[in-house]
Amino acid sequence: MQNSSFAKRILGQDRNILQLLVITVLVFALMSYLNPDKFLRYYNFESITYIMPELGILAIAMMIAMLTGGIDLSVVGIANLAGILAGVFFHSVIVGTSQSTGMLLLYTGLGILMALGIGLLAGVLNGFLISKLRITPILATLGTGQIFTGLAVVLTGGPAIVGFPDAWNFIGNGKILGVATPFILFVVVAGAVAILLTRTTLGVNLMLIGTNPRAAVFAGLRKDRMIFYSYMMTGFLAAIAGIILSGRTNAAKSDYGASYLLQAILIAVLGGTNPAGGKGRVLGVSIALIALMLLSSGFQILRFSNHLIDFIWGGFLLLVIALNAFRNTDR
Amino acid sequence: MTLFRRSEFIIACILFAAMIIIGLINPAFWSLDNLFGLLRSNVIIGIMALGVLVVMISGGIDVSFTAFAAAAMYLTIKVMVYYGYDGVVLPFIAATLIGLVLGAFNAFFIHTFRMIPLIVTLGTGSVVRGLLLGLVGTSVINIDKMPQQLINFAKTDLVSSTSATGTNFGLTAMILIYIGLALVTHLFLRYTIIGRSIFALGGAPEAASRVGFNTRKTLIFVYCFAGALAGFAGLLHGSMIWLANPRDFAGLELDVIAAVVLGGASIFGGRGSVIGTLLGVFMLVMVKNSLIIMKVDTTWQRVVVGLIIIVATALTAWRDRKKLV
Repeated sequence: MQNSSFAKRILGQDRNILQLLVITVLVFALMSYLNPDKFLRYYNFESITYIMPELGILAIAMMIAMLTGGIDLSVVGIANLAGILAGVFFHSVIVGTSQSTGMLLLYTGLGILMALGIGLLAGVLNGFLISKLRITPILATLGTGQIFTGLAVVLTGGPAIVGFPDAWNFIGNGKILGVATPFILFVVVAGAVAILLTRTTLGVNLMLIGTNPRAAVFAGLRKDRMIFYSYMMTGFLAAIAGIILSGRTNAAKSDYGASYLLQAILIAVLGGTNPAGGKGRVLGVSIALIALMLLSSGFQILRFSNHLIDFIWGGFLLLVIALNAFRNTDR
Repeated sequence: MTLFRRSEFIIACILFAAMIIIGLINPAFWSLDNLFGLLRSNVIIGIMALGVLVVMISGGIDVSFTAFAAAAMYLTIKVMVYYGYDGVVLPFIAATLIGLVLGAFNAFFIHTFRMIPLIVTLGTGSVVRGLLLGLVGTSVINIDKMPQQLINFAKTDLVSSTSATGTNFGLTAMILIYIGLALVTHLFLRYTIIGRSIFALGGAPEAASRVGFNTRKTLIFVYCFAGALAGFAGLLHGSMIWLANPRDFAGLELDVIAAVVLGGASIFGGRGSVIGTLLGVFMLVMVKNSLIIMKVDTTWQRVVVGLIIIVATALTAWRDRKKLV
């Protein structure tokens, strides 16, 4: 009894989560069947826990933007700009290797604050353009995405910035109690966002605004302000993803993760987020993320080229669109 | 009508002012050499922009057309090289058809599954580019292998002369193709039933279908049209630069969309004009190309394009503000 009600609560009202779990298991089974000795190794799953978090956080950010019927096409630009800004900062303050560990830690902390700050600032800009100037989210974030990427190019002049402090790299590469640091970060972020969306006024307001913007305004919800906050959150999350990305690769470049944009949208949509607004759950996005990471790592082991993996991602997106459409007509 | 006129008039004024400012900063802007070069850079982006304009008037958006353009160009030239075929008319028909068929996929997904065009075209674009680079190949077809007649065709100049430094320059005849396509698009948007139905669909989809417009047919037409123009522009691009690179056009979709929005088209659909788009394309190309003349570091290009998008959309949003809740 208790067990079934617990399962019901986790699965939620929609059967979407169940469908996702089935897809994940199918992908897992298929990949294990196709390359049993290489896919089912501990190393493979460990490497997934390092690659997954940055994309997962971007997908959650995308979901938040989609809750109100919007979209954020600038997340990758924000992520790269955050990493690069911190990188430029480290290059200007850390000269040589003579600094003490304490100073290095302090600088790393400052760098993290700067990266998160620029993410918030970018989110504020997006939120201002969308909620105050009433620019369509697609165009506003298309434009700001260009600006953020452009600023990243200006800051670096083109080539990648390398040489981050060890503490910074620990965020992307380290281990805490045998678990990848970025993975722990992802779990924390996902949990925080899930609580924020389901247990706070802001989250509930966002869902309501996405379901019916007009009704929400008439009901007295402060729509503009809520949308503003949601884009601030998106920018902040994108900056976290940027920190993890630059920490993992020990480098930051203006065109890193260009294909993440499509993948983040795909994961958000696959995870049951309604791009027209009003529906989206962190749990769904997380399961979709795992399914797609298994899929792409499996194909990578099969020595598919990156281009073909791009093709598979795109094809999967179209397939999911078709699946969702059929499910909706059933009702 | 007066509002339409006015918004294009404003764009033209801004364009003119920008030209004067750039000319003041560096008089070399007004040299025939530079102006001909500018017009030449308009052709490819402009033809693609016509397709995006039609999609945007219908209330949709397309970010897959650059992948279609690359696919049409590369496939056509690859097949020509393989069979040793040389010609002009047939290849262009083939490239246009490839784009058209790919556009039909967009229409199919958007109509059948009622999915947001942005997400559908992100998917189809990635599918087409992934297949092209993953299966067809990534190697560039260089000038020594390019079909000679295509190159000769794209080399045609309307007028040519010699600059003070002794180099030859001319106004490419391809500009005529661009203007011709723009004229055709303008006429059919304005004077045909299907053209009017695109405006109706973009303005109010529900009303359009109740009045009796076949929205399905309109939607299919719109995305096929955009695909066909992209395919055509793709092959023309390859002919004009004398090589076929399957990685070309990556990221160009942002520039094209920016140009169309700059030209006064509304992303909500129902508004937009060919003349505005021509001006928008010219403005975007001019600003981007003139950064070098104005001695601005080229790394600023993307920032400038982003700012242009923001300013243009902020202006159109302000213009359309009464339509919102």
